[in-house]
Amino acid sequence: MLGSVNSVESLGTVDGPGIRAVIFLNGCSLRCKYCHNPETWIMQEKNYEPSSLVEKVIRYKPYFNHGGGVTFSGGEPLLQPEFLIECSRLFKENGINVALDTAGAGIGHYEEILKYTDLIIFDVKDVTKERFFDLTGGNIENTWQFLDIARKMNSKFWIRQVIIPGVNDTFAYMEELDKYIKDHINIDNVERVEFLPYHKLGTEKYEKLHIFNPYQEKEAMDATKCKELYDYFISIFKE
Amino acid sequence: MNEFTNDTKWYDAWNGFTKGNWCNNIDVSNFIKLNYREYLGDQSFLSGPTEKSKKVWGKCENLLKEELKKHVLDIDTEHMSGINNFAPGYIDKENEVIFGLQTDAPLKRIVNPYGGIRLVEKELEVYNYHMDDTLMRHFKEFRRSHNDGVFAAYDSSIRKARHAGLLTGLPDAYGRGRIIGDYRRVALYGIDYLKEEKKKDWDFRFVGTMSDDLIRLREEINMQYNALEEIKKMAASYGFDISKPATNAREAIQWLYFGYLAAVKENNGAAMSLGRVDAFLDIYIERDINAGILTEEEAQELIDQFVIKLRLVRHLRTPEYDELFSGDPTWVTSSMGGMTSDGNSLVTKTSYRLLNTLTNLDTAPEPNMTVLWSESLPDNFKRYCAWLSIQSDAIQYENDDVMRPIYGDDYAIACCVSAMRVGKDMQFFGARCNLAKALLYAINGGVDEMKKELILDGVDRIEDEVLDYDKVLSAYHKVLAKVATIYSNAMNVIHYMHDKYAYEAGQMALHDTDVHRYMAYGVAGLSVATDSLSAIKYAKVYPIRDESGLAIDFKIEGDYPKYGNDDDRVDNIAKELTEYFFDELKKHKPYRDAEPTMSVLTITSNVVYGSKTGATPDGRAAGVPFAPGANPMHGRDESGAIASLNSVAKLEYERCCKDGISNTFSIIPSALGKSEEEGVSNLVALLDGYFHQHAHHLNVNVLNRELLIDAMENPDKYPLLTIRVSGYAVRFNRLTRKQQEEVISRTFHEKM
Repeated sequence: MLGSVNSVESLGTVDGPGIRAVIFLNGCSLRCKYCHNPETWIMQEKNYEPSSLVEKVIRYKPYFNHGGGVTFSGGEPLLQPEFLIECSRLFKENGINVALDTAGAGIGHYEEILKYTDLIIFDVKDVTKERFFDLTGGNIENTWQFLDIARKMNSKFWIRQVIIPGVNDTFAYMEELDKYIKDHINIDNVERVEFLPYHKLGTEKYEKLHIFNPYQEKEAMDATKCKELYDYFISIFKE
Repeated sequence: MNEFTNDTKWYDAWNGFTKGNWCNNIDVSNFIKLNYREYLGDQSFLSGPTEKSKKVWGKCENLLKEELKKHVLDIDTEHMSGINNFAPGYIDKENEVIFGLQTDAPLKRIVNPYGGIRLVEKELEVYNYHMDDTLMRHFKEFRRSHNDGVFAAYDSSIRKARHAGLLTGLPDAYGRGRIIGDYRRVALYGIDYLKEEKKKDWDFRFVGTMSDDLIRLREEINMQYNALEEIKKMAASYGFDISKPATNAREAIQWLYFGYLAAVKENNGAAMSLGRVDAFLDIYIERDINAGILTEEEAQELIDQFVIKLRLVRHLRTPEYDELFSGDPTWVTSSMGGMTSDGNSLVTKTSYRLLNTLTNLDTAPEPNMTVLWSESLPDNFKRYCAWLSIQSDAIQYENDDVMRPIYGDDYAIACCVSAMRVGKDMQFFGARCNLAKALLYAINGGVDEMKKELILDGVDRIEDEVLDYDKVLSAYHKVLAKVATIYSNAMNVIHYMHDKYAYEAGQMALHDTDVHRYMAYGVAGLSVATDSLSAIKYAKVYPIRDESGLAIDFKIEGDYPKYGNDDDRVDNIAKELTEYFFDELKKHKPYRDAEPTMSVLTITSNVVYGSKTGATPDGRAAGVPFAPGANPMHGRDESGAIASLNSVAKLEYERCCKDGISNTFSIIPSALGKSEEEGVSNLVALLDGYFHQHAHHLNVNVLNRELLIDAMENPDKYPLLTIRVSGYAVRFNRLTRKQQEEVISRTFHEKM
């Protein structure tokens, strides 16, 4: 069995706890307007056996001692379920912590996947069906299926929300988000909520790939305002 | 260990210390282990600077600013180097608590003619100074210098290799340095005891048939004995009697410093390192604190003021030297931390106090703070070091877990990465040979690609249209064998003459008489040579030849694995290259039966090496700087920081690079983690992970490329900006423009 791997970053420090090797898998069915990894949208040639990927990453294991491990990111890693399952199983066998950075927009096999997953880093996108579609082109209901199984499996969560000026940078949205998370995820399992202010670092990639960038003209999110929103969110979330 | 004989001595100064072998003979390590107390807590006990320290440092800061403008603040033209040749000097006498300067005024530099008188004349001319005529005339009339001796013996092969830049930075015109006196002995035993021991060696131990070796050694012991007396007199000129052991912490620091000060008055070695003093001084400080005669504030004041003195050490250098080793480094390398062989850490409160000077007195390149890292170090200490690294960019880390099994638990680092047992080992410093240029000689039949002159005889030119890996490798091996012969010959000449004309009596007096010697070879351009071989092996490399048939450029078709991506195909080439060259060096008999070692270290000379080397088969253009030390070439380590570290970690320390493998690592702050807390944890994990794989050394810089670019354009905005380059820390604004550009072009790991 082969998987389609875009790249491996050996020193990841922001996608999960500790030092992590971040494995970017190809393929995503969403087209988020703010995506900063458009190079991973299209499923490319399958280039890695699970064993050879694990062999490469296991060389980084000495750095994982302080809570680190691997993070599957992408793309949407759930789009290669068999490959993901086999790699995760091998990582677990080798005592390596596995995190999954996902929007929940996959094609099933969730129970088997989550059996080998220590942490889900869940990207919320948006909380209503219409706005979710407008931002990503996808169907929000698909992600509920993933969240339901994660709830049943008692999976741990880090929740991420990208804050975009003029889209969701409002106190009203904070309240919606609070409700949405509490409706779909067991909040006892939420270890962290992170807000990521929308940034422009992906812009060059669009130009290079000759892909239309819907946020070409969008300003980056102001960090102070983002922090304000976050503080407000946390105050209601903790109630 | 605890047997007592008639030789057992006891001084009142030692009251409160646990007795041991150290009372029978000189054994500082035994003293430390019986008396030090490990500290497992955090940094919350530390004190800020006292008013006195602030005043003294304030004066120094003004002098340093003036020095930066003039490059050299002042030169003493009426005296020449020597332990007791200068009147006492002060910065701000009533506020100083530790005393002693190299000359009679701060930052006033010493003229040291013993390395080479021609160089001294050049130095004085550059800065518009004039040496006292009589002194100069007498020196030239009555003394030969090290440099005179070396050039009287060099053969044509050595001269050619030097001229072409195949061998560069050899200590044949300046002090070799990299010798660490055991300055702690002065404090623990006092000068008179040390003199008695040397006298015993001279009277009873080193006698017999008068061979060359014995005659030389007996003369050296005599010189050492006299030097001890000079140290005592020098201290007396400051009003201190150091004939007996130090009785308290202040005296211990002062006595120890006089030992070091004597070394930098007598010698201008490239690196004049301090050794390992943290646990030793801590014993005295804790004894005084427990006796209620010293407060934490006063203890920090002593350490702060000691460090101020170390920061003022200067040597007179030429602009050419500055180009090689930029920023006026003195390598007052101060090693700290580490573990004992019994598995306890040697971390004490004074390890913290020394590092705390980077906070109290602002960040600074000297002393060269060197943490001996072990995975077993106390977690609090690891976190403090990591935090301070992020704040200051002034710390280097070296792997105690690979060094301790070889050197035991009382070794220290000289210069950047050279480990030695304190007081028991010394080394013959040998700069480095240019591996990338040697590869070009293999292709060009020994003709230098820049000078267009024949440098190595008996090498066939390769005339193929596409370079063949096996053919090139076999020619390269032949070239390296020839280079090793020349290099070894050069080293033997240099150190024979250095012993003869510029012997470091004051420093060697603070070593055991039967000292163990290393012959410390070095290599530069490892990543360039490695990637070049990989290109030849895995891609197609077409030499582009000039009208005389010399390969002056290369065209590469296809891609090839590059060193720095944790790819064994190419990393093994680097490994085998270091092993092969070291094995060739080992075939030669070193002067004084020294043990050969090798370093992969360039300091900042990677820029000069690059400028002297033509285009290489890896695609590097002529004149472009090499990567420093063992670093992957700039921008070619594309798989992230850890893959890059893993490649370097594959080089074998004990097998062939026992004089050190230098790696400089730069990362932008946000790539270390989202919060300061996470950044600290991740840096600790990074160091643990790297050293777990038996890697040797890491310089850590946590900064943004944009900041460096701004600092290059607006130096006045960043007067204190300190960064780690290969093996030392330096004020960014003291680097040459070319070196600043090279630092900026390095890989900054910044994946988010």
